[in-house]
Amino acid sequence: MSDPKVPLLEFRGVNTHYGAVHILKDVDLAIYPGELVCLLGGNASGKSTTLKTLLGMVTPTTGEVVLDGEIVTQQSTSYRVERGVTMVPENRRLFKRLSVKENLELGAYLRTDRDGIARDMERIFELFPRVKERINQKSGTLSGGEQQMVAMGRALMSNPRVLLMDEPSMGLAPALVQANFELIQQIHEEGVAIFMVEQNANMALSIADRGWVLQTGKVVLDDSAEALLANPDLRASYLGQSAES
Amino acid sequence: MATAHDAKPRSRVLWVDRFLTLIRIGFIFLISVGLLAFIAQQIDPQNPLARWLNPDATGLTAAQFKGLLVTGLAQGAMYGLIALGYSMVYGVLGFINFAHGEVFMVGAMSGMITSNKLADAGLWEDAFIPSLMFVVVTSILISTAVAVIMERIAYRPLRGAPRLIPLITSIGVSFFLQNVSVVLLGPGAKSYPSLPSWLSQKRSLIGFEIEGTKLVVLLTAAVSMAGLWFLVERTKTGKAMRAVAEDKEIASLMGINVNRTIVTTFAVGGAMAGVAGILWGILFRSVIHTTGFLPGIKAFSAAVVGGIGNLGGAMAGGLSLGAAEATAPLVLLEPLGVDGVSQLRDAVAFAVLILVLLVRPSGLFGERLSEEDRV
Repeated sequence: MSDPKVPLLEFRGVNTHYGAVHILKDVDLAIYPGELVCLLGGNASGKSTTLKTLLGMVTPTTGEVVLDGEIVTQQSTSYRVERGVTMVPENRRLFKRLSVKENLELGAYLRTDRDGIARDMERIFELFPRVKERINQKSGTLSGGEQQMVAMGRALMSNPRVLLMDEPSMGLAPALVQANFELIQQIHEEGVAIFMVEQNANMALSIADRGWVLQTGKVVLDDSAEALLANPDLRASYLGQSAES
Repeated sequence: MATAHDAKPRSRVLWVDRFLTLIRIGFIFLISVGLLAFIAQQIDPQNPLARWLNPDATGLTAAQFKGLLVTGLAQGAMYGLIALGYSMVYGVLGFINFAHGEVFMVGAMSGMITSNKLADAGLWEDAFIPSLMFVVVTSILISTAVAVIMERIAYRPLRGAPRLIPLITSIGVSFFLQNVSVVLLGPGAKSYPSLPSWLSQKRSLIGFEIEGTKLVVLLTAAVSMAGLWFLVERTKTGKAMRAVAEDKEIASLMGINVNRTIVTTFAVGGAMAGVAGILWGILFRSVIHTTGFLPGIKAFSAAVVGGIGNLGGAMAGGLSLGAAEATAPLVLLEPLGVDGVSQLRDAVAFAVLILVLLVRPSGLFGERLSEEDRV
């Protein structure tokens, strides 16, 4: 386990551009081991770019991405995945034509410790018994909730220290959203740091330790989850009517 | 008053649909009359229906039919091997690599060179099996190298471009490879050395009289296909290939090196084309720089018939196309009184393609493409 005082994943003054468009503006972020942090923000605020930059799918124009003390700004996605970062992508994006088992195995693509892989597979079966029932099915035939479980399982198979989640409740039936957040919390309790981008600010903040609010590429709020939930500006702009009721 | 949503939406039948239906009916009519005539002819060549359709028909004996079928399957196996390359590249990159037929030609050409060298040294006759192995291995290496270099130079710079661009490029690559072959080896047809007589003699096998060479072709194709199936379905590389075919971004998130996987796909397709090239060489014993064109187009048809992107489908498409083009002229067309039927093989092959596309637009084993997958 790494030192809890050293951030696991960090942005130091990150700026990104798509062509001439300035997306992230001097963003500083830090995710510490074992935390559950959420990133809030409206459309086009730079949330997805933040995740892509953390994973190396987008390279910042200036600033550094730091992974457990090591500067990884110029390193490839697979380099970072190997060192403990991974993502549950928006809309799950399973390999639909591959079986559930193959999807999980692909999550462990970079690992060579067969015993560890087998152990983690068992751990995922304990966490999601439904996944075990469907193990040989093509993942495209699964329901939305089951696909979400496989997507989380696939990410966990890389044995991550920090798990990025892009809109985990997007496209799920309302009844499943609550269950999904409970699963995220369960994964978090196993010691995995979670960095979650979420539209459902209320629900996300209710399980998070801390949160950031991004507005047109700038961090405008950075506080504990309770403080953010109580913040009147945030209530007005993101939490909407559900917070007032 | 009837509400608006009670009324059934008027079906819009376009003239194109009517025309297509007419073609379908025409095809089915032609095939059923041809088959009827064939059966009539088989019962008695002098019966009135057979005589009326084609007075000169002699009828096809069972032995002749089996011979045609074996020839067709042997050739179809080669189409299938080439079709795998089309299908795999389509699966991973979503475009048709029309230069793939030329990779096959390069395989056949390099086999011609090495086998002639071996024949000059006297090894081809004396130690045929090791020589053939050597020829196969070198031609696999060369065609694989050509396929990999082609990807690196011609297609990788176009990775983000619309899919029409690499398609057009592939036609250019195809002309380039043909011309390189003319420059290096001259425009004439070149021949393979003659095969040892023990190989080319006929053997009987489960009621079929099969020439040894065709047996070699069928066996080699089966072994290659089994090897490919194992690679794609049972190894980590294969899993990575299938993952990249489905979603490159997420594949790279899994830590898969997408570029390397694409290169592997081209390499494996090239190797299969190289094997097919050698088989072509020992079956027809003649190669020319345009050798890749027609088999390439037919293999592409085979890939489409089987359902493009589907490997089993490519092989099945190849075999059925080969069998159809070998037997259909004599089974369906001759009883109908068509002249010069044996020259209609190519027409038959493409008629099969059209027929399959009319009935099942996604091919025999193809999945329906979702909206986002469509070009």
